[in-house]
Amino acid sequence: MASSEEQPESRPPVLLLRMVAPAYDDAVSAKFHVLRPWESPLPRDQFLAAHAGSVRALLISSLVTLDDATLDALPRLGCVVTTSSGVNHIDLAACARRGIAVANAGTVFSADAADYAVGLLIDVLRRVSTSDRYVRRGLWPVKGDYPLGFKLGGKRVGIVGLGSIGSETAKRLVAFGCTILYYSRKNKPSVPYKYFPNVCDLAAESDILIVSCALTSETHHIINKDVMTALGKEGIIVNVGRGPLVDEAELVRRLMQGELGGAGLDVFENEPAVPKELFLMDNVVLTPHRAIFTSESLADLGQLLVANLEAFFSNRPLLTPVNHNDL
Amino acid sequence: MKPTKCRVEERGTEDDRNPNPKPFTSLTTPPPAMESLGVLLTFPANSYLEEELNKRCKLFRLWETPPENWRQFLRANAGSIRALVGNSTVGADAEMIDALPALEIVASFSVGLDKVDLAKCRERRIRVTNTPDVLTDDVADLAIGLAIATMRRICEADRYVRSGAWNAKGDYKLTSKFSGKTIGIIGLGRIGLAIAKRAEAFDCPISYYSRSEKPQTNYKYYSSVVDLAANCHILIVACALTEETRHIVNREVMDALGPKGVLVNIGRGPHVDEAELVSALIEGRLGGAALDVFEHEPHVPEQLFGLENVVLVPHVGSATWETRKEMADLVLGNLEAHATNKPLLTPVL
Repeated sequence: MASSEEQPESRPPVLLLRMVAPAYDDAVSAKFHVLRPWESPLPRDQFLAAHAGSVRALLISSLVTLDDATLDALPRLGCVVTTSSGVNHIDLAACARRGIAVANAGTVFSADAADYAVGLLIDVLRRVSTSDRYVRRGLWPVKGDYPLGFKLGGKRVGIVGLGSIGSETAKRLVAFGCTILYYSRKNKPSVPYKYFPNVCDLAAESDILIVSCALTSETHHIINKDVMTALGKEGIIVNVGRGPLVDEAELVRRLMQGELGGAGLDVFENEPAVPKELFLMDNVVLTPHRAIFTSESLADLGQLLVANLEAFFSNRPLLTPVNHNDL
Repeated sequence: MKPTKCRVEERGTEDDRNPNPKPFTSLTTPPPAMESLGVLLTFPANSYLEEELNKRCKLFRLWETPPENWRQFLRANAGSIRALVGNSTVGADAEMIDALPALEIVASFSVGLDKVDLAKCRERRIRVTNTPDVLTDDVADLAIGLAIATMRRICEADRYVRSGAWNAKGDYKLTSKFSGKTIGIIGLGRIGLAIAKRAEAFDCPISYYSRSEKPQTNYKYYSSVVDLAANCHILIVACALTEETRHIVNREVMDALGPKGVLVNIGRGPHVDEAELVSALIEGRLGGAALDVFEHEPHVPEQLFGLENVVLVPHVGSATWETRKEMADLVLGNLEAHATNKPLLTPVL
């Protein structure tokens, strides 16, 4: 930007490796000297070498895989801030070995994701999107009342993954009169909900499953055909985690054959591809991976990114540190 | 759904109702007094209600006759009709009541009584019952679901995916956060309170307008609907429809709610000045709306069909299998109580 070329740069440099959302770039640029390798005529490794001596902070999104090789090129790096809550794109052990502190988005998006999970669930049970289409097609005066939906109150909701999003979702659904059950890697004795050490057992006692865990090698297809069988043919699945948490082909097959009650899906295995069979169904709600994308949360995250970077450069603890050992 | 234990909810005794209602079940043998009860069913009810009425009583189906022949139909059967079961579309207005000289009881398949001429019933000493409490949860759930659907554009996003736009055009846009937004509720009765309880779990501050302040709640009271609208983000209509509350949401209220405000109507269509609503939305003076009810159901203003900031559902507030069965059981239980001279379960008159 013109002003930063005119005066000597006194703001600490923050390196990007790939673009981040303009909202985040703008927030960080207001307080820091942002280095964007793609804007330079130098090839990337020369750009990094030229700045290696001064770069202590790195800002990335989940599209950047941060591995040993990249860390080798940045010997003075002391802090990595990611715009995501998930951190499986970051080699945390490598960062820990080098004394690099890592900060993520913390719980900035949790309320939005929980709101969306509840919204999707009510939509599936009460046929909101389907009956909205019915009204807009002028069918109400022609075909009469829309078929009945299903009550939410009193239903047993199994939360798969009781992290920040799972907890926020549970807290909301309690107010609707739902009974909350959960699966998590470890029992959480301080929460008032019944714990299940495996997802099949959870599904067997649930009417509804809400998938809100992180995607790791262990959780790939955690919602598989056994879980769907245990859930039963009237069961509902809501996924606001990641597409690969659910065996999508099996899900589609069961929905087509009436072996599952319905689904609310914000994520898919091969986004933006969505199995076309789902488009014909009235007991399914499909959204394009938007559970956390509100203007308010983006603004909140912009502020959090800046706050974490400011903390680092003032030698204060990060606001939302990720501990390698927590995971 | 897997079977869950059904609890008969405790009812307060604030109204003059049977404090220990024996729940009606379809397993009980109909008493002889029911068999001779002529019941006029004004609307095509769900099959359970219709079948039970048909099994137990002498059923007359008004909706099978076109409206222009209703007078004739009623005259032909007036001697036999002692009970009327109506809903939020076809109730018991003065003309209907006048046409039924043997009418003893109106059992409404709804909690709202705007379609029942209560003054006329009072005059004729006709008993009136409705279906409170059993539908409170469903209506409150829908109100919150509609508010989230509007703020987060869930229906639009679903359309975006089904049309192939996610592939062709890329990401759908940012939407507006629901949690933490101030909710303004018009009417803090059973349904209004149930909505407030749910919204609190989303950290939404609650304010309300009511005929009188409710000091037993911690919610912020406004003595005018315009002030309430000016001070909330999402305005939800949850009061009864009476002469006073017709068009309670008018142009002034909508302008106060404003270009970022969202109106949710799960009350009755006539609560909102629909023509003004359409222009407020089209002109951007109102941010969005979610409507379960309309002034002339099943007709919905077509100008709304192309708007992405509205959600339109066809009067489904209590439309679940579970609740409609409970409502039907209440109607049947009230009729049986009346036929056997026992206290009514949920009397209004």
